[in-house]
Formats: sequence, structure tokens, C-alpha cells
Amino acid sequence: MSGAPGDALVRARKLTKRFGSFTAVDGIDFDVRPAEAFGFLGPNGAGKTSTMRMIACASPVTDGDLAVIGMNPASQAREIKARLGVVPQVDNLDTELTVRENLEMYARYFDIPGSVARSRADELLEFVQLAERAKDQVEPLSGGMKRRLTIARALINEPQLVILDEPTTGLDPQARHLLWDRLYRLKQRGATLIITTHYMDEAEQLCDRLVVMDKARIVAEGSPLELIERYATREVLELRFGDVKRASLDGQLQGLAERVEELPDRTLVYTDDGEAALDEVHRRNIPVQSALVRRASLEDVFLSLTGRSLVE
Amino acid sequence: MASPVAVATQGGLGRAWDVVWRARRLVERNVLVYRHQWIVILSGVAEPIFYLIGIGMGLGGLVRTVGLPDGRSISYTAYVAPALLATAAMNGAVFETIFNVFFKLNFRKTYDGILATPMGISEIAIGEMLWALMRASLYAVSMLVLMTALGLILSPWALLTLPVTLFVAATFSATGLAGTAFLRTVQDFDIPMGLIVMPMFLFSGTFFPISAYPIPIQVFMQATPLFHSISLIRGLTTGLMGLEQVWDFAYLVGFFSLAMVIAMRRMERKLIK
Amino acid sequence: MSAVPARARTGAVALSLRPATHLFHRNWLVYKRIWYRSLFFGFLQPFMFLAAMGLGVGALLARSNPTAFGPVGYIGFLGPGLLGATVMQTASFESTYPIMNKIMWGRNYEAILSSPLSTRNIVLGELGWIAFRIASIATIFLTVLVIFGIARSPLAVLAIPVAGLTGLGFASWLIAFASTQLNDIGFSWVYRFVINPLFLFSGTFFPLTQMPQAVQVFAWLTPLFHGVELLRGLILGSLDLGTAPWHLAYLLAFFGIGLLLADRSLARRLAS
Repeated sequence: MSGAPGDALVRARKLTKRFGSFTAVDGIDFDVRPAEAFGFLGPNGAGKTSTMRMIACASPVTDGDLAVIGMNPASQAREIKARLGVVPQVDNLDTELTVRENLEMYARYFDIPGSVARSRADELLEFVQLAERAKDQVEPLSGGMKRRLTIARALINEPQLVILDEPTTGLDPQARHLLWDRLYRLKQRGATLIITTHYMDEAEQLCDRLVVMDKARIVAEGSPLELIERYATREVLELRFGDVKRASLDGQLQGLAERVEELPDRTLVYTDDGEAALDEVHRRNIPVQSALVRRASLEDVFLSLTGRSLVE
Repeated sequence: MASPVAVATQGGLGRAWDVVWRARRLVERNVLVYRHQWIVILSGVAEPIFYLIGIGMGLGGLVRTVGLPDGRSISYTAYVAPALLATAAMNGAVFETIFNVFFKLNFRKTYDGILATPMGISEIAIGEMLWALMRASLYAVSMLVLMTALGLILSPWALLTLPVTLFVAATFSATGLAGTAFLRTVQDFDIPMGLIVMPMFLFSGTFFPISAYPIPIQVFMQATPLFHSISLIRGLTTGLMGLEQVWDFAYLVGFFSLAMVIAMRRMERKLIK
Repeated sequence: MSAVPARARTGAVALSLRPATHLFHRNWLVYKRIWYRSLFFGFLQPFMFLAAMGLGVGALLARSNPTAFGPVGYIGFLGPGLLGATVMQTASFESTYPIMNKIMWGRNYEAILSSPLSTRNIVLGELGWIAFRIASIATIFLTVLVIFGIARSPLAVLAIPVAGLTGLGFASWLIAFASTQLNDIGFSWVYRFVINPLFLFSGTFFPLTQMPQAVQVFAWLTPLFHGVELLRGLILGSLDLGTAPWHLAYLLAFFGIGLLLADRSLARRLAS
């Protein structure tokens, strides 16, 4: 573990969550430092949301230690929640209120005075580009707009720490990019973010540091670049063979690279020089239908750590 | 020096008051929602009034008088009015805490968002009860005004009617909230409405003295909170105050406490995973 | 192509009745999961009302005013009135929230209209369904009335179609109304200021002669009054042949107009 325990905004030791006999989070350790964007990367069901809910004081800790902003969620939930901003996986906006009322009413739950709430609502509606929809009902908004409103709502109390659970799941690419842009600006302002995602591009874009979770445990930790360097090669050669039985290729790819990974639809060749590997494939007369050389990503890190892909 | 017990009680009361004070935010929220629909709430005043006019005038003209246990005979309208007052308090409270809370709890997921703020489950539960209480007291006050105007208040005890009716409303808000957390689908509303609220409305001495029934059935009727609410409020408006009314009050205090405990526990189990 | 309009004209009724059965079938598929529950409460409600109001208030009347309701007693007066009121309530519920749900929230009609079914098929299918629901409730209710010794005349069986006609009147007007509404707030108004007052002031719980003249005139204009009068005559065997045709004519006209309105209103809503 890195960093002195004193300066961590969130500190977990042997953190565990069980639902009956099912263990959702199995004794994980991590530290989130101030002003960093910290990510939890992993497939659905890895235990990311349970971890987030424990940090947000929405779900009691079963075992282990958890300190959020130096406080204990079991006894100081109210104090912690006052300094937290939460963007849950599924939007839970107040559908009986308008866009603007959602922000102002939320501010009231934090005991923020009306005049302050109004000016913050103005500012935040501007920030998430919803100023024109201020008077509209929530229900007819698009998924991306609802998401942005939820983010604005999470910022109404000027939180020290913002928790985002799968912030862009279910959004179209354009809405995702707009959201990333807003989150990036938030980071620039010095906010501390915790983000869960099962999209490796999202983790790469937003996270300074991340942990990879699989089956309730943390399997690796580091910056996106560090993880790629540690668990993957610089480049990856993706090969597709069409109808040719891959079994018949057995052994033909040997010695091509340091590692070869077989997926149901393609074969990944891990190497520091993709072009060179591809030339070698052609030289050996292997019947390739298509080939692609790309940079290694967190997807490859996950694959190498667990033998499975992130999004199934 | 205060005794440790007194300090503990004081601390407990102080904390309880903090919760009630913070719970006002939920009342604020409901006011905001109903700001454009206040007329829907206001029009609910009409309901008990229709019943008082219909049953009072329509049946009252035929039934004429009802004999009280103390030997007096009072008009049927004066007999039914306090029962309709108690029923109005019950309906106002139960409608909010059963129907509206159910939708916020299960479909709108309103509380999940609120729980991410310093508001806790107790604040939400108390806030919803306060709001239901406000709604019920609107109906109760308008009924009381009408009863006074129609000369249906027969005793100075009636000065206590308003606080007692509010307590009745509080009891049913807590009961409604305790029940809501058990419901799973919209079809489940049949159970509290058809099996509890409706039979209570009919068999709690609302429209006739329960002495019309055999003793075993009477015992069953006397177990319901509405029976005691009606007996107490009727005692106040007709001046029929006795030991029975003291017991009614004690029963309601007990029922209210039990309902509060169940409501809090069920809401916690429903909202914390 | 002249054959198409000709065929449409002559076959109009048949065309809209047969596809309408599909809608009936759809509602049945939903209902059959909860039918036992619905029948149980259909039985429980009149049973409790009669046991409470009929017997309890009846006991009060027996003491203070024993001749007020003649030989049938208060319970005899109340029973048929309550049947009419229950029919109105069931029909009203079935033609408000579920219809709005299928127009807006669940958008079932949108899906149905992309099949060969038309809005007219939908109106007739829904009304057929409501008629079935009312008939089943009226049958249970009549059984309760027999248990209480209230239904004495064999003509009481005719109460089932009369109940159906009364209910369809309410259902058709309310489907027309529901088709014009953008949210369910309007329904609270209808319940509060139409359905609930009718429940109390249509000669259900007490004879209208107890009310001032103005209220009586108003009640005569409402469909529930006419339905209750017919039901009471049929069930108690005291049908007044002089007024019965008028009551029946009123109910038929009320339903007829409602049908036209519902057809037009739903077509307009779903076309937009």
C-alpha cells in the first residue's frame, strides 16, 4: 500500500461485505488520496458497487476497517454524508420535482440556506449544460441529461469526495464523451473522485490510479500506464482466422511473441512490436482473415490477470 | 447534579427532537411537490362532509335518536359526526403513508437519493408521518368547524377534540407506515384496504353502537384502534367521559408506540442492504 | 376500389366485434393471475357492508322507527342500492387508471394498434371486458343477497344484465374522459366530486325523500339513481311497470351516448 495512512481520504483494511452466505467484497485494502481520481475496474458482480455503497454509508460494513474522511461510517454516517457527493449506478432523481427543484431541494437536505442553494443550482446547471431545461420535469429528459443532473445534484454540497458508480453505463457515445469532459473539468478543479467502471477506456481517460477487482478481491493496483506496463506488452496484434479451425494452427504461432491469448472470436498476440509480429505471421504463411495492431489497454491487463474479458 | 437517568432521558429526548427537526425537510419536499396540486389535497375536505350530510341527514331523519349509556338520547347526526371525524383523520393519514409512501419507496426510489444526504431513515419516516399528520389535521379541523356550526358539539370536553384527533392521525400515520413496508405489489393494497381499513370503518361503532352484535364479535371490534379513537372522540364531543375513555387513550398510546417501533424497523430493513 | 368501403359499411359491426375479443382475451390473461383474490374481495365487501350497515343501523331503526322501510327492513332497502353503487365503483375503476395505463404509461394500445386492431375494436373489447367483470361481481353480490334473505323474486336474475348496463354507462363515459387526460389528477376529481357523492346520494343508503327537493331533482338526473331503482324493483319483486321502461330508456341512452363519446375520444387520442 502506498501513502501514509494519515493523508488518505478513504482508507480500507480487510474491508468485507457479506449478504448471508454470499461474499460480495472479500477483505480488500486500498487508500484514496486527496485530489486524485481513483478507479475500481472490474466486470459486473466483482464487488465494486458494494464497496461504493459502503463508502457512501448506504450499506453497513460486515467486517474490517473503513475510514471515510477520517470518520467511521458506522457511527458518523451523518457527518460523512454531509461531505460526500454520490452518483449512484441507477439515477434516483426525484421524479415529482423539476430539474431545478431537484437541486434546490437536495441542497435543503444538507441544510444549505435557500439563497446559497439557488446560486449553486444556477452554477451547476450551467456546468452540466442543463440551464435551458431548469423548469422541465425530470422524466422526459434523456439518459445522458438525467446522468448530468445526478452529477450536478451530487455537487450541490461542494463535497470533499465524489463517488461515481458506473457513471456512463447505458449512455450513447456522444453522451459519454460529454460526461467525461465534465468529470475531467471537475478533476481539474481539484476534486477527489472515486469511479467504478467496467469500461477500460473510461478508466484510462479518468483515473490517476486504479485497482482491478475480480470476484470480490483486488487483483492489481497502479496507474493505468503502470498496469499496462506490468501486465501487458506495449502492443497487441489481433488476428482473426475466419472458418479455419484454429486447432489446425496449433504450434504455428509459437515463438511469435512472449504471450498468445486465445479468445472465442480472435487471437491476441502480445508483443512490443506488433508490425514485426505481423510480418512474421505472413512469412510463416498462416492463413489470416484480418489483422490489427493496436496499443495494449486495461482490457489486456484484465485478461492477463483473470483469463477473462471485462465486458461479456 | 442531575441523576444519570435524567441525563440519559434528556439526551434521548434531545436526539429525538433533532430527528423531528431535521425531518421537516421531507415535509418541505412534499409541500414543493404538492405546490401546484394543493387543490387535490384541499378537495379531500369534501369527503367527510359529504358523509356527514348524507348519512346524518339521510339516515338521521329516519333513525332520529340514539340512546347513550348514560341514559341520554342524542340525534343520530351528533352520534355519527365524531366517528366521521375519527375516520377522516384515519383516512387522511393512511392514504399518505400507504399509497404515496409505497410509490416513493418501491417505484420512484425517492428515498434512495435522500439517504445519500445527511438525512437518515428516521428523518424520512418521521417526515412522512408529519406530512400525513398535517394532511389529516386539515380534514379534522374542517370537520370540527362544520360540527360546531351544525351544533353537533354537545360538551365543553370538546375543547380537547383537536389534540386528540391529531393524536389519532399520528397513530394511523405510524400504522400506515408500518404496513406499507410489508407490501410488495400494487395488488397488495387490497389487503390493508379491504381487510383492515374497510372492516374497521364499518365495525368500529361508526354508524351504530356495537352492542347490536353478539359479545364475541364485540370483543373483536374492541381490538381495533379505530374503535378506541371513535369512542374517545365521541366521549369528548358528547360529554360521555369516563374510565372507558381513559382506557381508550391508554390503548391508543400503546398502539402508537408499537406502530412506531415496527415502522422504523421495517423502513430500515427495506432501505438498508 | 369500390368494394372496400361497401364491405366496411355492411360488415362494420362484425368487423369491430370479432377483433375486440382479442382485447378481452388479453385482459383475461392478466386477470386470471388474481381472479380468486378479486372474487374474494368482491364477496367480502358487500357481505361486510350488509352485516354492518344493514344489521347495525337496522337494529337502531327497529328501535326508533320500525316501519320506516316496510316489511323488507333497512337491509332490504340497502342491499340492491349497494349493488348499484358497487357496480358503479368497479366500472369506474376499470375504466380510469387501467385505461390511462394502456394509453400512456404502458403504451399497450400503441402496440395493439400496430396489429390489425382499430381503436373501435379497443373500445368494444375494453367494454366487453368491463361488462364481464361487472356481471361476475353482480352474480357474487346476488348470492350474498340470497344469503341475507333479501333477494326474493326470481326476477332478481335480471339484476345481472341491468347491473351490466348501469356499469357500462359509467365505463363508457369514463373511457371517453380518460382518453382526454394527460395525467391522473383528473381522476381524483371525478372520484371526489362525482363517484363518491353518487355513492351516497343516489338512493343507495337512504330514500331520496329524506333530501331537500333540489337534491332529489339532481339525483333523478344521474344514472345511478335509475340503475338502483330498477335493481331494487327486480330484487325485491316490487318492480313498478309504469316507471321501469323510463329507467331502462335512460340507462340505454346514457350508455349509447357514452359509447359514441368513448369511440371518438379514444380515436382522437391515439391518432395524435
